[in-house]
Formats: sequence, structure tokens, C-alpha cells
Amino acid sequence: MAWLTTVSLWIIPLFIALILVVGTLRRVPTYETFVDGAKEGFNMAVSIIPYLVGMYVAISVFRESGAMEALIGVIEPVLSFIGFPSEIVPLALIRPLSGTGALGMTTDLISTYGADSFIGRLASTMQGSTDTTFYVLTVYFGAVGIKKVGDALKVGLFADFVGVIASVIIVTLVFL
Amino acid sequence: MVNIIWVGLFVTGVVFAAINGNMEAINEAIFQGAKEAVTICLGLISVLAFWLGMMKIAEVAGMLRGLTKLMRPIAGKLFPDIPKDHPAMGYILSNISANLFGLGNAATPMGIKAMEELKKLNGGKDEASRSMITLLAINTASITLIPTTIISIRIDYGSQSPTEIVGTTIMATTISTIAAILIDRFFYYRRIRKGV
Repeated sequence: MAWLTTVSLWIIPLFIALILVVGTLRRVPTYETFVDGAKEGFNMAVSIIPYLVGMYVAISVFRESGAMEALIGVIEPVLSFIGFPSEIVPLALIRPLSGTGALGMTTDLISTYGADSFIGRLASTMQGSTDTTFYVLTVYFGAVGIKKVGDALKVGLFADFVGVIASVIIVTLVFL
Repeated sequence: MVNIIWVGLFVTGVVFAAINGNMEAINEAIFQGAKEAVTICLGLISVLAFWLGMMKIAEVAGMLRGLTKLMRPIAGKLFPDIPKDHPAMGYILSNISANLFGLGNAATPMGIKAMEELKKLNGGKDEASRSMITLLAINTASITLIPTTIISIRIDYGSQSPTEIVGTTIMATTISTIAAILIDRFFYYRRIRKGV
């Protein structure tokens, strides 16, 4: 599987080179066009700020107040009862809220239980197969000024939930 | 819904801090959260500027049009609201491909670009359209073939086989993506029934 790591190393530089070569062959003024497109980047990033500040303050307050731990404490026994490994519950709950938080927790689980342990493999799979729904929603909609998100949050959280359950079942079936 | 969750997160936090007697932590969390958000946005400037520049070349060179054509058979089913050969399709496909290869920071600018096109299609309103919700659902389900970050963490922690989780990740992410699309459909038809 070493080729996978090689692929992920090569893909960005090759992709950029491809764009530049095709652009040149089709007589696109590459540098000017690049600068033109890149200009938008600044405004876009700045327009995300208010949305992300709002979301991050609420999430940060929720986490630091101890409410997050209390929630985990309530949910953990229920999930353990149906056979969900309790070590992984905090990760599953924090995943949609905070990307850095989840990554830290995954790293923690891997270093505590070992990368090749059941928990290590499960944490890895879960981390790779779900996303920080709140962040994705805030950034994608914030950048283009969408304030009314409709059903998007519900759909995203539900997808996370399915991803978490699927990870547990699949890792159990494959590695146990 | 967002309003309720947003207020809920904050107020629950304050209530818990009152019970636990750690209001100090809240004071710090407020400004820490705000600061982290701004730091992330500033960090996004570099990524957005670079990829939007590159994508502009790809667009002018007609490469996105090529992608759009490739995308047509599936896209029509996934995004029935987008007219054929609309530029949004090219961006959506680039966004999904970048996600597939685990290139999160390239996927974001392309996804935002797609959202921008979708907003134009929706008459510039500040509400999420059907296609926007579908695109977001696919992105939160994080369809991926190569989970690059996690592989490198596993290497750091001395895994005998850092890539052994690739198979399980692909299976889990496929299931959650299919689920996301189905749930998205479900909510869409529910909205239609309610006549919203």
C-alpha cells in the first residue's frame, strides 16, 4: 500500500503542472489569469469571518463549560449498552463540532491504545470517514453569504451519525 | 434550526459553567473561540487565493467544461435543478474529486466556487437551495479514497501498516455518502409535501 502515500504526494504538484501546461497550450495568459482568480481569495476568506466567529464562540463555550463532558457522560452508558466501544464515544460526539478537537482526540487514542489496536483502527476509520459538519456548513455557506441553511445541518449531522455507526460495524467485521 | 442550536450551545454552556462554578472558563472560551475562528479564516486566505487562481486558469483553458461533460450522466440525477453544462457542475466535480483524493484544502475553494454559482442560479437569495444542501451533504459525508492526514498520524505512531484503514475508511465513507444523499432526498420531499 506504499503506492498510496506516493500518490498523495505526487497528485497536487502533477495536477498543478497539468493545469499550467494545458493552459499554456491553449494560449491562456496563465500568470495574469492566476492573479485575477487569486484576488477573489482574500474577500472570500474575510466574508467567512463573521459566520465562523459566531459558530466557534458557541462551540468553544459549550466545550469549555463542561457541558460537552456531561453530554458524553449521559450518552456513553447508553451507547456502551448497545455494544458501542465507550473509548470512542467522545470522538464520535466531538467530530461534527470541532475538527482540531477531533484530530487531537484521534491522535490521543492512537497514542494510548496503539495505531494497530482495535480502538486505534476504529478512531482512524472514523476520523477519515466523517467531517466537521459545523465547519463545512459555516465555511461553504458563509463564503457566499447564505444565512438560511434550511435542512443542511440536519442532513449533515445525520450523515455523520451514519458514518460513525458504519465505522464501528465495518471495523468490527474486518479486524475482529 | 441553526438559531436554536446556536443559542442552545451557548446557553447550555453558561448554565453548566454556573453549576460547575467555572465561569472563568467561559470568559476565556468566548474570546478563544472568536480568535480561533479569525485565525482559521486568515489561514484560508492563502489556500483560497492559490486554488482560486489555479481554477481560473483551468476555467479559461476550458478544462472545467471538459469535467462538466464527464459529470453529466450522474450530475443530472444528483443535481436535477442545475441546467446541463452549467459551470457549477465543473466546480462540483472538482470539489468531489479533490475530496476523493484527500485534498481537503483544494476541495474547499472549489466547493465555495460551486456554491457561488448555485447562489447565482437561485437568484442570489440568502437561503440554501436544494442543490446547495445536496452539495453540502456530500461534503460533510466526506467521501474520500485516501485519508492522508490519518495515514501520516499512523506513521508517526509507529503503525505496522499505516494504510490498512484505507479499505475500512472507503467502505464507511461510501455508506455515509449514500446515506447523506438519501437523507437529503428525504428532507427535500418532506419540504415539497409541506409546500415550503
